[in-house]
Amino acid sequence: MGVFILRRVGVMILTALCLTFVVFFLTNLYPALEKLAKTQGNQRMSDEAVVSYLERNGHLQPLLVKYGQWLGVVPGHVHENPETGAITARCATRGMDPSEAPRFCGLLQGDWGFSTVFKDDVSSIIATRLGLTGKLMFWVLVVMVPSALLIGVLAGMREGSRLDRSLSTFSIASTATPEYVSGVILITLLASSAGWKIFKGTATSAADNATLENFLLPVLTISLYGVGYIARMTRASMTEVMTAQYIRTARLKGVSFRNVVLKHALRNALIAPFTVIMLQFPWLLNGVVIVETLFNYKGFGWVLVQAAGNNDISLLLACSVVAVVVVLVTQLISDIGYVFLNPRIQIS
Amino acid sequence: MEPLTWTGSLSVLDPIFLLAWAALGIAVVAQIVATFLAAEDIVEHEVSASTRKLAEYTVLGVKIIAGLILLLILVYVIGGILMPTMEAKGIVGTVSTRLLPVWIALLATFVVSIVFKRRLGLYGKLFDSMVGMIGFAIVMFWVFTAIFGAMDLIVTHDPLAQVSGMKNKVPGTALPDVEGAFPYYLLGGDNLARDVFSRVVKGAWEVVKVAPFATLFAFMVGITLGLPAAYFGGRLDTILSFVSNLILAFPVILLFYLLVTPEIVQTGIPVYMAAVLFIFPIIFMVILINSRFHVQPVKRSVYLVITLVLGLWVYSGVAWNADPLGVIEFPPNLLVVFVSVVFVNSPTVFRIVRGIALDIKTRDYVAAGQTRGEGPWYIMLWEILPNARGPLIVDFCLRIGYTTILLGTLGFFGLGLSPESPDWGSTINDGRKLLSVFPHPALAPAFSLMSLVLGLNLLADGLREESLRD
Repeated sequence: MGVFILRRVGVMILTALCLTFVVFFLTNLYPALEKLAKTQGNQRMSDEAVVSYLERNGHLQPLLVKYGQWLGVVPGHVHENPETGAITARCATRGMDPSEAPRFCGLLQGDWGFSTVFKDDVSSIIATRLGLTGKLMFWVLVVMVPSALLIGVLAGMREGSRLDRSLSTFSIASTATPEYVSGVILITLLASSAGWKIFKGTATSAADNATLENFLLPVLTISLYGVGYIARMTRASMTEVMTAQYIRTARLKGVSFRNVVLKHALRNALIAPFTVIMLQFPWLLNGVVIVETLFNYKGFGWVLVQAAGNNDISLLLACSVVAVVVVLVTQLISDIGYVFLNPRIQIS
Repeated sequence: MEPLTWTGSLSVLDPIFLLAWAALGIAVVAQIVATFLAAEDIVEHEVSASTRKLAEYTVLGVKIIAGLILLLILVYVIGGILMPTMEAKGIVGTVSTRLLPVWIALLATFVVSIVFKRRLGLYGKLFDSMVGMIGFAIVMFWVFTAIFGAMDLIVTHDPLAQVSGMKNKVPGTALPDVEGAFPYYLLGGDNLARDVFSRVVKGAWEVVKVAPFATLFAFMVGITLGLPAAYFGGRLDTILSFVSNLILAFPVILLFYLLVTPEIVQTGIPVYMAAVLFIFPIIFMVILINSRFHVQPVKRSVYLVITLVLGLWVYSGVAWNADPLGVIEFPPNLLVVFVSVVFVNSPTVFRIVRGIALDIKTRDYVAAGQTRGEGPWYIMLWEILPNARGPLIVDFCLRIGYTTILLGTLGFFGLGLSPESPDWGSTINDGRKLLSVFPHPALAPAFSLMSLVLGLNLLADGLREESLRD
């Protein structure tokens, strides 16, 4: 088990390095840098001004060197203006004398860089925004997982029954409704002058003070899309368990249907949904981006959109690190959890 | 002029229609509860006749009410076509009159398919399953709407034309001055005073022309790489699996933002990606033909030359926009969207194909093929692939739906297609800013997208049911 986890962590780090390098490469292409220079300086910058800006901030070094600096394994960029002798250093924080700046500053030193859009340290932006998204995600999971499991188990315990068909239709409909569609429909029905105006169509105020009024719709929108998928997986797993030999034995022994479902079938049927729920996290991340944009909730997804739209390199890299870590860690947990839940699987 | 009402002269039926929906809602809940109780009863105690009777009644009730609703919808649609004037037709009637070519095509498709269903293989079997038929009907409705819409048969106005005074007007509003133009905005106007109905119809074409082909390309890439990864295993498998996991670990939206920005397009990276991804269908066809006919050199050479000439011609036009004959052109911004959607979908297809192939590889008929001395590519493409077709076809339908959602996401974030483009995602994005005041411009494309994806999911479900049966 220990070797397995070590190997997986090794692969994870390799994947994260590859992915961040791809993001790094795409954000450091010359046209993207030019855009960055122009948004930082002014739109009508001359080509020479762009080059000198990029030179001063170390954007024109070889890609691998820059990537190394970002990671913190290569000494940070120091630029000395040949005419004035002014020194700018990548590692100097605001107000610090550039000559006293530390040599290395990167991910390994815990320095995530400086956001050009929000004019703030990336680590503090990511921390606050992730907290807000964490709140959203928590409520999504609270709503989504129990309802999905309930629907799946009820539908799967009697395959082909009326109940099964109604619930399956519901889950198909919910997987066919992406967040930007269900969000629009929910807002129209419950938060517009055309429908009942009970809830709010924006969730901006939910960042400080989440109430049912401003937070229910975003939570519901994300959950709806995920419910169908998890419910279908639970149903498939439940129907499979219900046809197993040991269930038939229990039924013939005279165990009541309720006990068969609750005590014999349920535990085995919930193994597969566990992995599905875990693998659902990357998908939730997408949903979060869409819903936060739609409801103007300023969390992690909103920051990602802002960073990507303005080619804010440090912030975008930090976002992708977070996203990739979330995806890979959930994959790891789902694999390990699967082994614990299903003792028949051996890792060698 | 007076604005149109929703149902025109048929509005006498409206109370009945609404009541029927309310009754359906109650009946469905009652049915679920009653059948649940009845089922519990059979198990726990003696069979309680009254509970079972109740359950049967509720089931019957749901059927009758659902039938009534379907009948009323038919009356609205057909009655709307038959009514003489637009005022009498109402919005529903006028829309259904505009859609007349679609109804005819749909009817023709179903009549022909049902008459010949025993000779049509898996496609024919689809018409044995109610769910499959409903899904197929919805999907074909949108396909026909898209095609006839592109031929300018259905649209009432130019989807880009702005008529002053029609900004955010509710459905059925009459145009201020009519000079030969269609006198109403059937589904209202959007925030730039364009006709929502025409934009939705044109938007269908945007989806129908991209989604199936993008999915097909993703399948070609996934199959061409997934089969050898499963069959040969070893280092090839490790590398390919690592790369596919790498792409899958990317949040889709981040990938879109990185690939579909104008700055990246300037660098030409999407074109290189297209060059790599679009070569796979040619490789696939060449290997397919070569492995089949390599014992008949003449036939093989003829087929290969035809495939290569045709394939490379299309390839040069589509990927490099350098068609020597100048017939094929591919708008650069559409290419970017196409490439990124194929790129996102291929790793999942790769994983599915690899999984199925790993399973089929262990079957006896594959071993028999190997002892007969068949080459590895023949076994992969002519022994394993045909036996994997069931799950692949089902997944193909689901994946078109997923691609539609992805295209909508791109539009929703304003990436890729031009801002004027009538595709559903962009239209939802335009409409969402004023959603709490004027919901109709965003609702129409939202419902369209939902129904198309729902149709594809139902179709996939029907296909799965029928393909499991044999």
